[in-house]
Order: sequence, then structure tokens, then C-alpha cells
Amino acid sequence: MGAEAREPLQFHLETEHHPQNGTLLGFWLYLMSDCLIFACMFAVYGVLGRSYAGGPTGAEIFELPLVAVNTSLLLLSSITYGFAMLEMQRNRQRGTLIWLAITGLLGAGFIGIELYEFTHLIADGAGPQRSAFLSSFFTLVGTHGLHVSCGIIWLITLMVQVSKKGLIAENKRRLWCLSMFWHFLDVVWVGVFSFVYLMGVLP
Amino acid sequence: MSAHADTHATHGGHDHDHDHDEGAAHVSFKGYMIGFVLAVILTAIPFWLVMSGGFKTSSTTALVVLGFAAVQIVVHMVYFLHMNTKSEGGWNMLALIFTAVLVLITLSGSIWVMYHLNHNMMPALMQDVRNLP
Repeated sequence: MGAEAREPLQFHLETEHHPQNGTLLGFWLYLMSDCLIFACMFAVYGVLGRSYAGGPTGAEIFELPLVAVNTSLLLLSSITYGFAMLEMQRNRQRGTLIWLAITGLLGAGFIGIELYEFTHLIADGAGPQRSAFLSSFFTLVGTHGLHVSCGIIWLITLMVQVSKKGLIAENKRRLWCLSMFWHFLDVVWVGVFSFVYLMGVLP
Repeated sequence: MSAHADTHATHGGHDHDHDHDEGAAHVSFKGYMIGFVLAVILTAIPFWLVMSGGFKTSSTTALVVLGFAAVQIVVHMVYFLHMNTKSEGGWNMLALIFTAVLVLITLSGSIWVMYHLNHNMMPALMQDVRNLP
């Protein structure tokens, strides 16, 4: 109502440093809750990961060279996003957009390889309905892939916004949020390739 | 390139204050490159270890792989996610520690409990259950 006219309440000292908005903290809290979702899926995989039900084992179906390529794509996309942030910090719009585009392409490559892997597994009769191991595998890795896909859509949206409105404070804040999201997905992938793929092929 | 980043960090002024108003950390080329090189090393070693056959016992290899993963997660947190005890007045770190504790309980608790459940549901025991009146 008349809130605009009133002086906003201040609960902190003017001299003290306080962030003007809690977006980044709020986004961090979202990421932590997302982390719990992944933790539950890791726990499910940890429990069911050796329940093959007479079906194929991890050692039979995982192609580590393919996983290594996928891992390098995601790691490279992390560093290219970092370069985009460096360009953003120097207020260079063109450089930011170029690095964002490279990041998006690397992410798309990651999703492409993952879809190739999934379609091959399903075609070979090792789909999610085959065994508890494969159900939990597809749930965990598929959820991660879904997150990366959403990240790519978000990235394209931000590229359009940056190219239209430039590197304004709002867009910088959004780029920061996506930066955290993108690096967070790389952290989850470290867990996936170690816990699922590398440990899955051990005898 | 890192020298440029350093001068930018020290020149202060309005621009610098503005960056801090957003609550975001200052990033540097050097920081990202250190993180990237460390991540590559920490990825390559476990992949090489497993693909070359690993240690004699699987559990040793698994532990080493998990150890490398844990170190790499910390590297990602510090160099890519710019985690430190100061950001957002320490609330970022507090939320992270809380989450880490929950993740640890979820993972170890589930695996521990369900391992024993599996153990108790061995086929031999199922035979006993079937023989019950």
C-alpha cells in the first residue's frame, strides 16, 4: 500500500558489508537441496548397484573410453564457462557470448554421447526395466542428464537476454546463478563417473 | 592474463564495490586454470587406474577411486564454485556443511542398513521362511 513512500527498514549497519539481494544465497540453497536429491539417488544406486537379476553387469555394458570422453567434455565446458565469467567481469559482451556458446556446444556434445549410450543400452536389451541395477543406473545418470539439458536451455535463454539487453546487473546475476548450476553439475558428474562407472566395472 | 585480473582486483573504486553488492566473488584466470589442471589430473589418475586393471583387490581400487573423487569435489568447490568461509557472511559454507552431513548420513546409512538386509535375505534364509508354518 503506502510501503513505497516509507523509508525501508534497515537492520544492519551502513558500514558493514551486506549483500544487496539474497539471490545467490537462495540459489545456493536450491543447489544444496538438489544435492540431497542426487544423494538419495546415489544411495539407491549404492544399494541396488549389484542386483543384476541375471542381466548384464556394469563391467559388461559400461564403455569407459566413452565415459572418459564425456567426462572431458563436461570438464572443458566448466572451464569455458569460467572464461565466460572472466569476460563478463571485464564487461566484454562479445567474448562472454562466444564462451557461453562454446560451453553450450560442449554440453550438447555431452548430452549427445549420453543419449547414444542410452539408446545403445536399450537396444541391447539393457533398458531400465531389465534389473534393479539398470533401473537405478538410468534414474541417476538420466536425472543428471536432464539437469544438464535444462542448463543448456537456461544458457541459450541467457545468451538471448545478454545479446538483447547487454551485460546489465540483472544479467550478471543470472550468469552467476547459471555458473553455480553448471559447476555443481560437474561436481555431481565427478560422483557419477567415480561411483557408477569406475566402481561399476570393478570385479 | 592473471596480472590483469590482479590489477582489476586491487583498483577498487565504484566498480569494485558494485561487484560486491551482487554478493558474487571476484574470479581470476589463474584460479580457474589451477582448478582445471587439478581436475584433469584427479580425473585421469582414477580412469587410468581402473582401465589398466587396478590393484589386486577391488575394494582397494574402489577406495582409491572414491578418495580421488572426494579430493576433486573439494577442488571444484574451491576453484569453480568459489567456496570460502567468507561468502554470503558464511551462510554458504554453513548450508554446505549441513548438506554434506545429510548426504553422508543418507549414503552411509542406506548402504549400511540395506547391506545387512540383503545379508538377511539370502536364499538359504528364504528357504527357512518358506518352511515356516
